[in-house]
Amino acid sequence: MSFTAIRGLIAAGLVGVVAVAANAQDYSFENPECIAPANPGGGWDFTCRQVGKSLQDLGLIDQTMQVVNLAGGGGGVAFAEVVNKRGDDNDLIVAASSATATRLAQGAYPGNTMDQVRWLASIGADYGVIAVASDSEIDTLPQLLDQIKSDPTTISIAGGSAVGGWDHLKVLIAANTYGIEDVRSVKYIAFDGGGEAVTQLLAGSVQAFTGDISEAKGFVDSGDIKVIAVLSPERLGGEFSDFPTAREQGIDAIGANWRGFYAPGGMSDDAYDAWVAKIADLYASDEWKAVMDANGLAPLDLQGAEFQQFVAESVAKIQDISREIGIIK
Amino acid sequence: METLASLGDGFAIALTWQNLLLAFLGCFLGTVMGALPGLGPSNGVAILIPLAFTLGLGATPSLILLTSVYYGAMYGGRISSILLNIPGDEPAMMTCLDGHPMAKKGMAGEALSLSGIASFVGAFFATWGLILLAPQLVKIALLFGPAEYFALFALAFMTLGGVSSTNQAKSAFAAALGLGLATIGVDTQTGVPRFTFGEVHLYDGLDFLVAIVGLFALSEVFIFLEHRHGGSETEGRKLEIGRLYPPLSMIKSCIPTMLRTSFLGFLAGVLPGAGASLGSFISYSMEKRLVDKEGTFGTGDPRGVAAPEAGNNAAAGGALVPMLALGVPGSGTTAVLLAVLLALNITPGPLLFTQNPDVVWGLIAALFIANFMLLAMNIPMVGLFTRVLMIPSRVLMPIVAMVSFVGIYGISGSSFDLLVMIGFGVMGWALRKLDVPLVPIILGTLLGNAMENNLRRAITIDNGNWWTLVDSPLAIGLWTIALIGFVLPLIVGRRVKARMHKRRDEEGAISD
Repeated sequence: MSFTAIRGLIAAGLVGVVAVAANAQDYSFENPECIAPANPGGGWDFTCRQVGKSLQDLGLIDQTMQVVNLAGGGGGVAFAEVVNKRGDDNDLIVAASSATATRLAQGAYPGNTMDQVRWLASIGADYGVIAVASDSEIDTLPQLLDQIKSDPTTISIAGGSAVGGWDHLKVLIAANTYGIEDVRSVKYIAFDGGGEAVTQLLAGSVQAFTGDISEAKGFVDSGDIKVIAVLSPERLGGEFSDFPTAREQGIDAIGANWRGFYAPGGMSDDAYDAWVAKIADLYASDEWKAVMDANGLAPLDLQGAEFQQFVAESVAKIQDISREIGIIK
Repeated sequence: METLASLGDGFAIALTWQNLLLAFLGCFLGTVMGALPGLGPSNGVAILIPLAFTLGLGATPSLILLTSVYYGAMYGGRISSILLNIPGDEPAMMTCLDGHPMAKKGMAGEALSLSGIASFVGAFFATWGLILLAPQLVKIALLFGPAEYFALFALAFMTLGGVSSTNQAKSAFAAALGLGLATIGVDTQTGVPRFTFGEVHLYDGLDFLVAIVGLFALSEVFIFLEHRHGGSETEGRKLEIGRLYPPLSMIKSCIPTMLRTSFLGFLAGVLPGAGASLGSFISYSMEKRLVDKEGTFGTGDPRGVAAPEAGNNAAAGGALVPMLALGVPGSGTTAVLLAVLLALNITPGPLLFTQNPDVVWGLIAALFIANFMLLAMNIPMVGLFTRVLMIPSRVLMPIVAMVSFVGIYGISGSSFDLLVMIGFGVMGWALRKLDVPLVPIILGTLLGNAMENNLRRAITIDNGNWWTLVDSPLAIGLWTIALIGFVLPLIVGRRVKARMHKRRDEEGAISD
């Protein structure tokens, strides 16, 4: 056990989180466990399994991290379980993403708020894109938003999440930034997943698509759709570098579907710091960079207090915009 | 050519020891379930869903197992029709008409093997039809916008009542009940929870698999508990089989019948909602009109055995076409399979063929393999299956109950789901007592959300204009078929239904 802790200390020291690591050496895990709040196969499940595997491959934990699938209520079942029954479990982490923050912000987990758990760290982000069919007359984001401004009934935007979900909010954030006052006039059509939404874009039923870059990639490669804006702070690397950002088109809108973890609210500070340090080590490793590249994850490097603040800010922002479109009162 | 290459890849996927074993297991269990009166293809697949998940099978192996069960049950249904005059499942009802008279004449063996061959021919051509038609349907799938999808779902519901139900009103009631159950959960169009009573487990809506296993498998157990049979219904009956292989001339005389009815059955299967019962029904009535010059149909005419069997097996293959290509099931059993696909995180529809070609072609190759296995099993080994008819329910039902509970808990790890399953089991039991068909409930629960969402999408896109629903030639065509499918059985169906229902037993609430 102490060997792991020392190795953790050294590794943590390398990435410059010495202050955290000083506490981390006091704690080691008996049975690391990760709850994926969905059925096997989805994004949360991937987050748990991939991180568990990489942590073990890198020697950051000795044991295999056990992955438990606890589906239901869009993550609400798992959240309630952690808050009510496992509030002081030091070995437990739970996969989360923007969807978790969105539902917390909108009160979709009945009786639960983001303060009831401790937010650990992010492991990457999937940036939002806005795309149109490749034969569309629209080429830039301002063109699209101008048309919405002049006649909102002519543009239907398809996305893979529910109304008020993250795909919807991304468009509204962009529209709001561009100066569209009544964001409720923006026509958003919810489909069951990004794939179905893109299909309807190709079928010509809708005029634009909002989703994650990983959902759009295959259709960009086949030449069916063109991405008119990616909602990242700066252009992404590699094969995504052709996509113009919204920011460079004069619309300062960022939409990152982040992936990360939260931990039970009663987790001890030692355990919390140890988890934060381990995920930070993981994030800094070359192995994790390869995993991110292979899965279309963009960088988002936030741990501990920084991440806690990031989640709090995005919850506040989502609450503002949800209030504006009338999803919450 | 491209299709053949894809099919070749499919065989490469299907021809592993594991998949062959699963296909074999599926065929065997499917035939058994089909043969047992009361257990039809829908129940058969429903009972084995938990098994597939418990074994931790991937998408392709699970589908291979379950579609083998599906095809197997279509084969198996004829056995009890012929021997006992009790249809093993509803599509096999028409087989009773000539099959049992043949058995009474001491030609049970011939009837069984002839119907086995007819089943093979029907399924074989239907699988080719699936290969040829499904990719074409994918190509025109882009014509399907929200309005057309809504029309397609409406078509599925309107043709459902048709022939297979005791009465249209009960079918409509069941469908409405299913649609109502589908509204439970967070409404995806607005994010507002409906009928959740603050219970977070209900936010995602009712799990289809839980509903299916409860309605079909568990209600079967409750029915058994109520009756408390000591042994099987068939105990004490003598099962004479006679010679196993029909004379070549008999097969020859049936060939034109088999080919015609394969085609008809396939078409009936492709229509969403209608399914295998319609396939066997129109096959039989068309053949009777066409070739029954001497009035021998109904008295043990071999062609009267071949026609419905080729028809219902062809319909089983046909029903997979819209399920795979559009994500709209062509029958009750394919609705169950659709739920399985969704649970495996695979979305059927136009993208399936490009995103998961391994699943599609592996499945199609497995259908061919299963079909040959079934032919081999059903002719020489038919004696074995007739003995299965003697298994007492007191042995069978506890197994069904155990598999249901373990399997559902294994999928979700939630005791709440078990309670929901028991709830559905009780509901299924009550509805079966009232002779309300169960398949429309599942279709309603499964398709309700998609149907409602597509309606609302279509209206929203067209800024609240309801005429958008009949705005394209395709939509108008679908509505026309739907109306015909709804009205026609009301007019012409009554007469023939009366005859079908003469032979109906209490298990008639299970249909395909």
